[in-house]
Amino acid sequence: MLKAMLGEAWQAMGANRLRSGLTMLGMVIGVGSVVLMLAIGQGAQYSVAQTISTMGSNLYIVISGSTSAGGLRSGSGGGPTLTIGDAEAIAELDGVANVAPVQQGTQQLVHGPNNWSATVVGTTPPYLDARAWTLQSGYPFSDSDVRAATRVALIGQTAADNLFPNEDPLGKTLRIRQSPFVIIGVLARKGQNLDGRDQDDTLLIPLTTAQRKVFGNPFPGSVRMIMVQATSAEAMPAVEASMVALLRQRHRLREGQDNDFYLRNLAAAADSAAETTRVMSLLLGAIASVSLLVGGIGIMNIMLVSVTERTREIGIRMAIGARQRDILAQFLFEALMISVAGCLIGLLIGVGGALLTNALTDMVIVISGTSVLVAFAVAAGIGIFFGYYPAHRAAALDPIEALRHQ
Amino acid sequence: MPEAVIRTVGLGKSYLTAAGSFPALKDVDLSIASGEFVAIMGPSGSGKSTFMNLLGCLDTPSSGDYFLVGRNVAHLARDELAALRNRCIGFVFQGFNLLPRMSLEDNVALPLVYAGCRREERRQRARRELARVGLADYAGARPNQISGGQQQRVAIARALVNSPQLILADEPTGNLDSHTSAEIMGLFADLNRQGISIVLVTHESDIAACAARQVRFRDGLLVSDEPTGKATAC
Repeated sequence: MLKAMLGEAWQAMGANRLRSGLTMLGMVIGVGSVVLMLAIGQGAQYSVAQTISTMGSNLYIVISGSTSAGGLRSGSGGGPTLTIGDAEAIAELDGVANVAPVQQGTQQLVHGPNNWSATVVGTTPPYLDARAWTLQSGYPFSDSDVRAATRVALIGQTAADNLFPNEDPLGKTLRIRQSPFVIIGVLARKGQNLDGRDQDDTLLIPLTTAQRKVFGNPFPGSVRMIMVQATSAEAMPAVEASMVALLRQRHRLREGQDNDFYLRNLAAAADSAAETTRVMSLLLGAIASVSLLVGGIGIMNIMLVSVTERTREIGIRMAIGARQRDILAQFLFEALMISVAGCLIGLLIGVGGALLTNALTDMVIVISGTSVLVAFAVAAGIGIFFGYYPAHRAAALDPIEALRHQ
Repeated sequence: MPEAVIRTVGLGKSYLTAAGSFPALKDVDLSIASGEFVAIMGPSGSGKSTFMNLLGCLDTPSSGDYFLVGRNVAHLARDELAALRNRCIGFVFQGFNLLPRMSLEDNVALPLVYAGCRREERRQRARRELARVGLADYAGARPNQISGGQQQRVAIARALVNSPQLILADEPTGNLDSHTSAEIMGLFADLNRQGISIVLVTHESDIAACAARQVRFRDGLLVSDEPTGKATAC
């Protein structure tokens, strides 16, 4: 019975190929654009997620408070309120995975005839773990390098490309303010951060070396910022609370007194970036869905015409014993077949278009099984939804009237 | 007396028109025994088409009862009537009413689809009925590839495929020339001899003469019901 009906639906579709094809085209375009738009939207989400993960996950940045001298206020990080001792104390807290004090600034790097301005970051070994940064070659500096303030450096890819255009930087020496630094490791490439800043245009050196040899430090033992990584996203609220309590206690702040430090949560920035792309991909999907809707209306239109044209056929079928549900099923099958066939072609075109977009531009494209399944289910749903009314009209025809119809 | 295939008791049908209720058929009592060949005659507007629609379970009466093979079907729901049409009644129309996109075999097998038969059984029975009307070689042809007389034979094969007790033929020769008409009437007579009851609507008296019994309608009333004097049809 089902097979016979599918066969008949197929025949009916074949009987008017141009019309079936044009009706199908509506679904093809609808499904194709939904798949393509979802692929682009999910691609954008994916690349944002990638960028966020390069910044390091579950990170807090504690920045020392500002100072005010003669009415001139420094920005955040200007005051000497945070200390190495603070960093060591934070490291003892529950839920804290890595703590790295950071002193950074822009410096001119010189190697032979080349020179290049890059961000120089003075820090301690946990910094690499906190930012999930690996080495491409060489080895990282150690705690003893930090204690001894040795002049060693890890170089980022962009800085390396500009200072050492045609050679391996590993083991070479570069100078910052006349001080020679030996490059003991080359950092793996990270790409841009959310602000679009190149994270690879950098040089990592021990914190003590940075403070003594590069930036100078008028307040020994102080540090401008501390990077703190929690063990998990769930641990972050507890870490934040205990960190604030600890620092207030260490800084002897009375109740009601403002914090003399700032706490920044990179997760908030990451969340908002992720949210933005999510909304964008929803919007793309919604716009594409409109064309799917238009395709569905096209199916309804053609099915109504078809029911009118085939009124006599419906009458004959009823006379020889078709029940109402048989007629309903017949026309629903036809609508479903048009929409599903259009959906399959649309999927091919959508996936092809996504691959083409990927090949022609540098946009990231993600085609997920879910989006394909959803497009398919929606198309089938549209076939049933928009096919139901015409099919119902056919099934409700009076057999005598239908037989008399010319 | 054999069991009645058709028995109507006070059967009536009224239509609602702008001018009010219009009685198309009034109080018809008629009984047709199994194996009879009955011609229904009357001018247009006499109520004979209304009567045929009621007999064919295409419509339900406004009043009275209709017993089809002993069962009162006057108040059945649409889908129950469809099942009755499928199993108990074979229709033959003036305009043949074959589906143009289907092969003759599929046309003949169509009632079996709605009866829920399997594909292989549908094929076998459709071919058997095509052979019975002399068109075994045309199973794969389309309706537009054969003549009108042949199309009507296919329609008869379709009417027979579910082994009905009753065949209702509505002006079956109206679109055919006299030679082909005679052939079709001969086929009906053959089927009648095999025990199938046939009710035929016509306004041609020579066609009606093939039947063993003639029933006349006028103005919605059954006005005469008499045998033609023929023991066997045509």
